[in-house]
Amino acid sequence: MQAGDADRRAVLERMAAAIVHRGPDGSGVLIDGPCGLAHTRLSIVDLATGAQPMTDAGESLAISFNGEIFNYRELRADLIARGFVFRTTSDTEVILNLYRAMGPDCVARLNGDFAFALWDRAEGRLMLARDRIGVRPLFYARRGPLLAFASEMKSLFAVPGIEAELDLVALDQIFTTWAPIAPRTGFAGIAELPPGHMLLMSSGGAPAIRRYWSLNFPRAGETPHQDERATGEELRALLADATRIRLRADVPVGAYLSGGLDSCVVAALARAKVGAGLRTFSVTFEDAEFDESAFQKTMSRALGTRHLAIACGAGDISRAMPAVAAHGERAILRTSPAPLFLLSGAVRNDGLKVVLTGEGADEVLGGYDIFKEAKLRRFVARQPGSERRPRLLQRLYPYLPRVQSQSPQFLAAFFGASPADLADPLFSHLPRYRTTSRARMFFSAEVKRATAGYDALDELRAGLPAEFARWHPLSQAQYLETTHLLPGYILSSQGDRVAMAHGVEGRFPFLDHRVVEFAAGLHPELKLKGLKEKHILRTALKNDLPPEIARRPKQPYRAPEAGVFFGPEADPALAALFAPETLADGGLFEPAAVARLAAKAQRTSSLGFAENAALVGIATAELVRRRFCGPSLTASARAPRLARSV
Amino acid sequence: MSSTESALRAFIAENFMYGGDATALAADRSLIEEGLIDSTGVLELVSFLEERFAIQIGDAEIVPANLDSIAAIVAFVASKNPAAEAA
Repeated sequence: MQAGDADRRAVLERMAAAIVHRGPDGSGVLIDGPCGLAHTRLSIVDLATGAQPMTDAGESLAISFNGEIFNYRELRADLIARGFVFRTTSDTEVILNLYRAMGPDCVARLNGDFAFALWDRAEGRLMLARDRIGVRPLFYARRGPLLAFASEMKSLFAVPGIEAELDLVALDQIFTTWAPIAPRTGFAGIAELPPGHMLLMSSGGAPAIRRYWSLNFPRAGETPHQDERATGEELRALLADATRIRLRADVPVGAYLSGGLDSCVVAALARAKVGAGLRTFSVTFEDAEFDESAFQKTMSRALGTRHLAIACGAGDISRAMPAVAAHGERAILRTSPAPLFLLSGAVRNDGLKVVLTGEGADEVLGGYDIFKEAKLRRFVARQPGSERRPRLLQRLYPYLPRVQSQSPQFLAAFFGASPADLADPLFSHLPRYRTTSRARMFFSAEVKRATAGYDALDELRAGLPAEFARWHPLSQAQYLETTHLLPGYILSSQGDRVAMAHGVEGRFPFLDHRVVEFAAGLHPELKLKGLKEKHILRTALKNDLPPEIARRPKQPYRAPEAGVFFGPEADPALAALFAPETLADGGLFEPAAVARLAAKAQRTSSLGFAENAALVGIATAELVRRRFCGPSLTASARAPRLARSV
Repeated sequence: MSSTESALRAFIAENFMYGGDATALAADRSLIEEGLIDSTGVLELVSFLEERFAIQIGDAEIVPANLDSIAAIVAFVASKNPAAEAA
């Protein structure tokens, strides 16, 4: 930066103010030579002396850090034994001293959810690092010699010269795969540091990005025999320890309790450590199609937790959508982040700022329906003429009436697999991507022009590791879920952003990297046994759970959709987003086509998957555009150069 | 073009193409492969055919051979209700 220190401080303060919701407990700015750091603090560990940005004892290092290092006590003891001196009891100072001991490779020792910027004055080097799975966000932008970075992009827009322009390729990626493909973000010229990566930049030099962790699976057929009982015991011990270290805090820690297997496992393991008085939280829906409150009550009673349930209707979701879009900073295709936004608000009102959740279990232990669907599609494809095999596909979606009423021939047509599909590395996800991408038909001519010839699936394929082809099909599908959708949607739009909106930190025992690595090495049949999902988790934890919870089949977490925009409880301001003049002004969507979709949504209660996705996607893209880009797309954002920007 | 086919094309244009142009859609193209109908779309299509052409469609008839292209649907409707052209 060329500006004087006072100007730089003002910019840093504005950047911090833009994300004060993430850290309402304190803030600070530090300027040292070419580097400026700002921080907003959510005080959880070392309330008295943990303020940031923090320098080391020798004042040669400075750090701004968001997140938690869960193994900080062990690391601290180890460093003290090696002669390092600590001035605080915080996990932040552990990173500083570990960096002094090991340099940038210190990240490999951290068990945690983190995004940090560390300035090494002696080396004249800045290091940015992000946790392995992508729990905590970290964005950056380069403008000339300046590298600006922040936990949320709205901070970057406080930097002179960084404007918000929607990235049209990212919009295409979202309308195909539900998430931007990292490092691309919803905004042109702003990148995310991908999970498991660090960025190093010396004064005057160019940033170098380095991967320090990746998700790996054994080659298909090369997993040695694993005794189910012993393996299950090992998994349980790992999960118990992952939960134990995630209870570390100088403030009370609660738990989300959806009523599903995963959150019940986490709550049970937490209850075993903290004893009575654990506080649990859940969302209930008026619509029985989505509601799980009976199971929540069962589990809360079994554990003796102090449970708080908030009722969530289409009107509540409707009113929350503008805030959800503003926090998420990108279009989304589902309304499901909104109830979690409301829930984090209730947690905060109840006086808590840390919650454990069961997030991640479906990715690492094979819980999603898409894994079963892929297995069945392969089974059906092996005998194309069979009338019986496609009927198995109906068993996949007992909660979807429109699938139940299909003939085997249509099921085979919808979920079938051509020889080319079978050879495609994205095999497991092709039906989802193809169905979702129908929503792109609502793009305006300008967006279609800007993305002509671009195929998000080609980009996904190109990013797969060389070993991918040698993995078991379940491992391949898990890899896609864990490295793309998990950080790109589940942990961001539906996780960090809607929790941090109210200064609430989520912690995820299933995403402890020891659990992730252990689960990746499990034989696929221990995860998806026949069509029984998360088999090993059910058997290993069955004594920790009431039988009706341990046996319970997965119910996907879903929330009302079309009714959020056009139902009797809907906020009229949301329906107004579909008005032709609004859409024409934004230039993203074709007003006449959207008008027909909106009319259809108002006259029928059964929209198709792509139609629901399009409704939510169009509304949230418009909300993001209006919140960050002003009333109209800028001329430069309309230019085709955006097609390959970043 | 028969009146059945033009009514069908108008329905597809309005409901599955949201006002887009269905005239260029080849009569033998698979509606599924074109990405025009999904599992909800099939049910919408059946409901439209029953009402518009005064026919009853049994569960066993809801198969791609009858419903996955404009040509197949036109032939299917004609076999169910030979008077449909005049309807």
